[in-house]
Amino acid sequence: MEIPDSRRAPRLSRNIQDNLVVALFLAPAFILFIIFLIYPIFRSVYFSFFSWNGLGPATEYVAFNNYVRILTDPVFLKGIGNCIVIVVLSLVIQIPLALLLSIMVGRDLPGRAFFRSIFFMPYVISEVITGIIWISMFSPDPQRGFINALLILIPGIHAQNFLGDINQVMACVFVVLTWKYFGLHMLLFMAGLQNIPREVEEAAMIDGANRWQLIQYITVPLLSTTIRTATYLSVLGSLTQFNLVWIMTTGGPVNASEMMATYMYSHAFLRFQLGYGSAVALVMLIFCLIFSVIYQLLNRRPDPLSGI
Amino acid sequence: MLTADAIRLIIDAYKKKLPRIFQYIVLVIVTLVIIVPIVIMVFGALKTRGEMFLNPYTLPIPAHWENFAQVLNTPSFWTMLINSLVVMVVSTAGVLITASMAAFVFARLQFKGKEVAFNFLTLGLMFPITVAIMPVYLVIRQMQLIDSLWAVILVQTAFGIAGNTLILRGFFLSIPMELQDAAAIDGCSAFGFFWRILLPLAQPALAAVGALTMIVSWNDLLTPLVLLNSDKLWTLPLGTMQFQGQYSSDMALTAAFVTLSALPAILFYMVAERQIVAGLTAGAIKG
Repeated sequence: MEIPDSRRAPRLSRNIQDNLVVALFLAPAFILFIIFLIYPIFRSVYFSFFSWNGLGPATEYVAFNNYVRILTDPVFLKGIGNCIVIVVLSLVIQIPLALLLSIMVGRDLPGRAFFRSIFFMPYVISEVITGIIWISMFSPDPQRGFINALLILIPGIHAQNFLGDINQVMACVFVVLTWKYFGLHMLLFMAGLQNIPREVEEAAMIDGANRWQLIQYITVPLLSTTIRTATYLSVLGSLTQFNLVWIMTTGGPVNASEMMATYMYSHAFLRFQLGYGSAVALVMLIFCLIFSVIYQLLNRRPDPLSGI
Repeated sequence: MLTADAIRLIIDAYKKKLPRIFQYIVLVIVTLVIIVPIVIMVFGALKTRGEMFLNPYTLPIPAHWENFAQVLNTPSFWTMLINSLVVMVVSTAGVLITASMAAFVFARLQFKGKEVAFNFLTLGLMFPITVAIMPVYLVIRQMQLIDSLWAVILVQTAFGIAGNTLILRGFFLSIPMELQDAAAIDGCSAFGFFWRILLPLAQPALAAVGALTMIVSWNDLLTPLVLLNSDKLWTLPLGTMQFQGQYSSDMALTAAFVTLSALPAILFYMVAERQIVAGLTAGAIKG
């Protein structure tokens, strides 16, 4: 007698049960997501209109003054400039370097797994450790800094101040970022290369394509999805770079390596300008949003793959 | 370093089909650039302070283990190690549970507003923690969770959800729909299917997501830096940063501390490289 019962009811109870599962299963993720991502942003919007040091309630309403101050502060503008420098250098040097190396390793170079393991290792090492290692590598004292120890072997070249030199510090930061992250991009490209059908390349070779044409017309276009992903990660990471710069230079000397994030951190958490810090965080957020929107729009363009 | 000439050289090498030697030379140079800084640090840790000053770049012969002993005899090193472990384990568990549940719903169930809910969640991919840490700090303060490991755990979990849900959803989608239908015909509820069939099948994907989340949590500096005050709660990256500031004159001791604090991540990488790589590539290809 029980069997027909459970057969007649199922439509309704299944539906209710399924909706319950949907609600219960999504709840933990969405609750955490809303409490720690979405709600904080809105709260920051509120505080960004106040001058507030975090002690007591925020009462000193300043309207858009914080935003005006941010966008007219040469130090913040320097931070934007430095972020853009890192973005451009990453796109022009870091990603092509990773692409080139991954093509070079190819699919069947003996030892490719070994090289991949080594090149990717810095990604696993924390930024704190990376920073400390490179502070000593860049040390102006050749007894401590390996790079200077090598440099002074060249006649006529003196030890450089590297991280202490306003003209060199950004280049040094970029070197370390490349050291740490090119392995990640290379890993992605190697995985992407693995997905390119061998027959396509062989067909091109038979049609008389040389190695360079093969890379230009087959390999790179077929890797375009991976290249876009690498670009996205790289740009977002550069715009919000904090850890490495903070450990190596804290934005100095004289703000020469200031990034948007180091500026935000020092105002919010060292000078306790929480209202102002909120505004800076939101300006950074807007930069990220603008980039994401541009990225999405560009991504809607027809895939070059469809032409092949 | 890599000038236009070098690039042309590489391309020419391909054209002329130069022997593999050339490729290996380039790869070995890059390998050296990656390894030398790490090796110098490890060698430094094995020297006395005096040796480090006189012969900074030689092999550490005989090896001095005193620096390591000194670090390992510092109670605070162990406190930090344990704090890091606790945070890593709990937040990874949190990410695995919340993300796999959400991913299951998005991959396998139909409901109204699914598209909207999914797009809402993927908004999270646009906010790296650096951008959100200031707002998050305000909320953690409001919740009076400042200076507690729970704050770090909750925030790390929340920021791991979006990306990992996306990765796991991709994997869940690849499991044949017939399996779910068959399970339903046999009277298996949605939860039963998730728990008894999907999760066991998804073990490789869960391992990949887990390994990746562990690395991110273990290396995280900004969250503990902003949310923790008392040194009893410091995690390893935070403690390493402070140690370096405090003992920067004793290079050998700093090197030992840094080596020991890098060791767990490197060992873990050697063990779980396959999972980490799988997680990253799955994320990149699906994202």
